[in-house]
Amino acid sequence: MTLSPPKLVCSNVWKLFGARASEKFAAMGHAPSLEQIRANGLVSAVRNVNIEVRTGEIFVIMGLSGSGKSTLVRCLSRLIEPTAGEILFNGENLLAASNAQMVEIRRHKMSMVFQHFALLPHQSVLENVAFPLDVQGMGRTEREARAREMIALVGLEGREESFPRQLSGGQQQRVGIARSLATQPELWFLDEPFSALDPLIRREMQDEFMRLQSALKKTIVFITHDFDESIRLADRIAIMKDGEVVQCGTAEEIVLNPASDYVREFARAVPKAKVVRVSTLMAAPGGRETQGDIASDKTIAEAAPRFRQGATALRVIGDGGRPVGHLLRDDVVALMLGD
Amino acid sequence: MPGPTSSTFGPWSRRLILVVFVLAFITLWQTGRGALPWAFEYPKGAELPLARWIGQFTKWLLNEATFGLFTFSQLTRFISSVIDLPYRVVLSLLSTGFLSGRGSAAIQLTPSLSYLTVIGLVALIGHHAGGRRLALLSAACLAFVAVFGQWSSAMVTLASIVVAVPLGVAGGGLLGILAYRHRWVERLIGPILDLMQTIPVFAYLVPILFLFGFGPTAAVLATIIFAMPPMTRVTLLALRRVPGELTDLGQIIGCTRAQMTWRVLVPTAKDGLMVGVNQVIMLSLNMVIIAAMIGAGGLGFDVLAALRRLDIGAGLESGLAIVALAIMLDRLSQAFAEKTGAAPAGPGWTGRHPYLLAGLALIVVAGFGGLVVPALQTYPAGAVLTTGTFWSRVVEWINVNYFDDIEAVKNALLLGVLVPFKRLLLDLPWLGVVAALGLLGWRLGGLRLALLAGGLSFLIAALGLWEKAMITVYLCGISTVVAMLIGMPIGIIAAERRGLWRWVQVVIDTLQTLPSFVYLMPAVMLFRVGDFTAMIAVVAFAVAPAIRYTALGLQGVDPNLIEAGRSMGCTPWQLLTRIKLRLALPEMMLGLNQTIMFALSMLVITALVGTRDLGQEVYIALTKADTGKGLAAGLCVAFIAIIADRLIGAAAARARVRLGLAEAVS
Ligand SMILES: Nc1ncnc2c1ncn2[C@@H]1O[C@H](COP(=O)(O)OP(=O)(O)OP(=O)(O)O)[C@@H](O)[C@H]1O
Ligand SMILES: [Mg+2]
Repeated sequence: MTLSPPKLVCSNVWKLFGARASEKFAAMGHAPSLEQIRANGLVSAVRNVNIEVRTGEIFVIMGLSGSGKSTLVRCLSRLIEPTAGEILFNGENLLAASNAQMVEIRRHKMSMVFQHFALLPHQSVLENVAFPLDVQGMGRTEREARAREMIALVGLEGREESFPRQLSGGQQQRVGIARSLATQPELWFLDEPFSALDPLIRREMQDEFMRLQSALKKTIVFITHDFDESIRLADRIAIMKDGEVVQCGTAEEIVLNPASDYVREFARAVPKAKVVRVSTLMAAPGGRETQGDIASDKTIAEAAPRFRQGATALRVIGDGGRPVGHLLRDDVVALMLGD
Repeated sequence: MPGPTSSTFGPWSRRLILVVFVLAFITLWQTGRGALPWAFEYPKGAELPLARWIGQFTKWLLNEATFGLFTFSQLTRFISSVIDLPYRVVLSLLSTGFLSGRGSAAIQLTPSLSYLTVIGLVALIGHHAGGRRLALLSAACLAFVAVFGQWSSAMVTLASIVVAVPLGVAGGGLLGILAYRHRWVERLIGPILDLMQTIPVFAYLVPILFLFGFGPTAAVLATIIFAMPPMTRVTLLALRRVPGELTDLGQIIGCTRAQMTWRVLVPTAKDGLMVGVNQVIMLSLNMVIIAAMIGAGGLGFDVLAALRRLDIGAGLESGLAIVALAIMLDRLSQAFAEKTGAAPAGPGWTGRHPYLLAGLALIVVAGFGGLVVPALQTYPAGAVLTTGTFWSRVVEWINVNYFDDIEAVKNALLLGVLVPFKRLLLDLPWLGVVAALGLLGWRLGGLRLALLAGGLSFLIAALGLWEKAMITVYLCGISTVVAMLIGMPIGIIAAERRGLWRWVQVVIDTLQTLPSFVYLMPAVMLFRVGDFTAMIAVVAFAVAPAIRYTALGLQGVDPNLIEAGRSMGCTPWQLLTRIKLRLALPEMMLGLNQTIMFALSMLVITALVGTRDLGQEVYIALTKADTGKGLAAGLCVAFIAIIADRLIGAAAARARVRLGLAEAVS
């Protein structure tokens, strides 16, 4: 797999809350410890974060409540000014953009979905979805046509004239998603978009989200506190604790090689077969009889049913369609039995 | 909060300080008159000539002040014209008709809207906002006004309200938005708003009169200034309450600042803002009579004139007409506040604006009808009902039959309670009282509160208004005690009986929507002028918060604790005194606080019935347009209010900590 170019690069970003935070930050030598920050009467929300979001990927930021996810994403979108650090958007320094430039970028290049939907209560579904376009000054017929398209995309046709309070939580979030897509942004932030929904609806919305993404191919920064959700959706995951990113990698890397006890604690609950890919477990090719082919980027959980009919080994087909190795029944059983 | 007192002094030394202070206070009071006369009478030579300074300052403003591009008097003239123009238009519509020329030579170009048109329009608005019931209610209120012959005065009053409310809402709202956007604006106007709510209205009538002259413009301006502060406060609160996600949304979709304010913040805060609008309306109505003192005319003038002639019947009818307007406007604005979402619209322009169309049709039809049949234009004089003579007769009858009884009660209370209390207060040395207030402030809230309470009370003495202030304290104190004595039992009884509480709520809500002058009328009818009458009127006005906070406090007590008490075998009486009243104490103290504030604001109005307190000072200053004197006395009332407010607030906070209902802040 070739790496796509980075869309959003964030280096050494800090955000401290409190009076005269940036002065105190400089006085502490630009790299304070948690204790130092507290001793200075500041609240640390984001500490020295370095991440890189590549074009077209779903980048999940995962962490418990209060770990600084929202603050980080608000820094990335520059809803708040970071105390220190650099953020490059399409290679340009976002923090140096003027107010007018920021307004332009926000109107056309980024958008956000909120945990509690953030729908305007006095506007109908149609007006809510068209609102970002209205703010840009787009004419009525044009923006309403675009809004109807987006409403259809999230499966809410027929509810255009309803008001937010007449919709269920899941439907309200669909409106939020439609609205955030109306401006056709390149970069899409979602801050715990499904956390306020009950589990069944949440799953349905996750599927819906994946369906949308497979068609739209946006660059996505997705926040969640739910490890299962991040594994289902993520291309890569960054795990946050106390404002720091403690590990960043694919679900597989995190589950197989947790960087700390904190991460291990999350990973323990996840069946390895769901994240480990065939390419990781396969043995070198040759010397065996195989009973079929399997793609190298499938998870073990997806490959396992193939062994039910008595197969002992499968031939693994790589990216280029060439065989790259063998997947052995014994290895799969060992992994699934959990050691 | 325990504050510095508990850390630096043990309980014994604190008790010692208290004993020493009480002894010193009594010695000073009983024996000091000869030795330290200046501790009783503040020396004339050391008085702060604040009144003179203010007087000179306003003269300077009027005659010399300039802002470079324009002078201060040009500014005042500009403000007048901003108010005057819309006022003339609305007045022409509602009352005089459009005229050409001036004075008695004026020729009427078009008549005003007929009474039927106005009633019809109000009914339409009512129907739009709240359906048929509201339409009927609002039409009935106005019909009442017409039937009792108050129509022309009522329209003058309505015109000033119609102008004052939008300006007050806009001004207050914009200030609120500014305060939301800029912290420094909030810091700047916060204390001013506090002061404006405690300073008696009369006090700022004086400078307005001085700067803008006597007439409806000055009256409308005074109304706006009086009614604006709550709008600012409510706006700030409502905007703050807009969820952070929505402001984030506004930013992330690239709203400009104006779009953020008008497309995101204001529409989402609409419900809160409508509460502010309602308050502006109610306060404007409250000002109707007071504004008549500087030339508002209309119903307010009628009431005031009747009050001065002691023509009870006429005053009552005009007063009731104000109440009718108040009820109508209150219900209408509340209905608009509760209205959510758009009504389903019909096709085309006529379908989308059915009310506008009906209104226009009504104006045209009724207008032509009025030209043909005069009884359709103005309410026929022959059909006017009057109860004036009836009320006068009732009062006469009561006075003939019960004069002796009423006098006996009045005199007994006056001689037994009011006069001795007044003597006692007037007899106290100001120095001792200032020190006592300081000490109390220190015990309740530490050094800052001590300085505030001591400092403000010292200022009252230094302004040479100590004696008048003591009379204010005496009247306010007595009225508060009586109001609490009446209000608390009612609150206690009503708290647990849902059905009864609903009725009591309706009654006290209505009491609070009535303009405060209304309370004065029956009191004057029965007891004539004097302190006793003032007290009755103040009590009637101030009893509502006493009832409300007692009941709310009791209802707020944690039911688990009551359950626990019951399981320990408490009798209902023990339950009430040992558990409920104790836990409701902080809330009831807030009630006391509100009662005092209500009492003070009413007290100033009772200057009309001849009290001799600070209110009278302000009232006299008003009749002489003496800005300095009026403001100085007004500030003193505000000081009393602030001292009471802060001391009781601190005591309530302490009580809450002691009862474990709140964390101690160190
Ligand atoms: N405006 C603020 N002022 C002061 N402290 C703040 C502010 N916003 C956030 N914080 C603090 O920063 C830390 C991180 O908060 P943040 O909202 O980013 O967490 P989160 O991971 O999004 O949590 P959640 O899952 O609850 O949304 C918290 O300790 C919070 O108290
Ligand atoms: Mg969050």
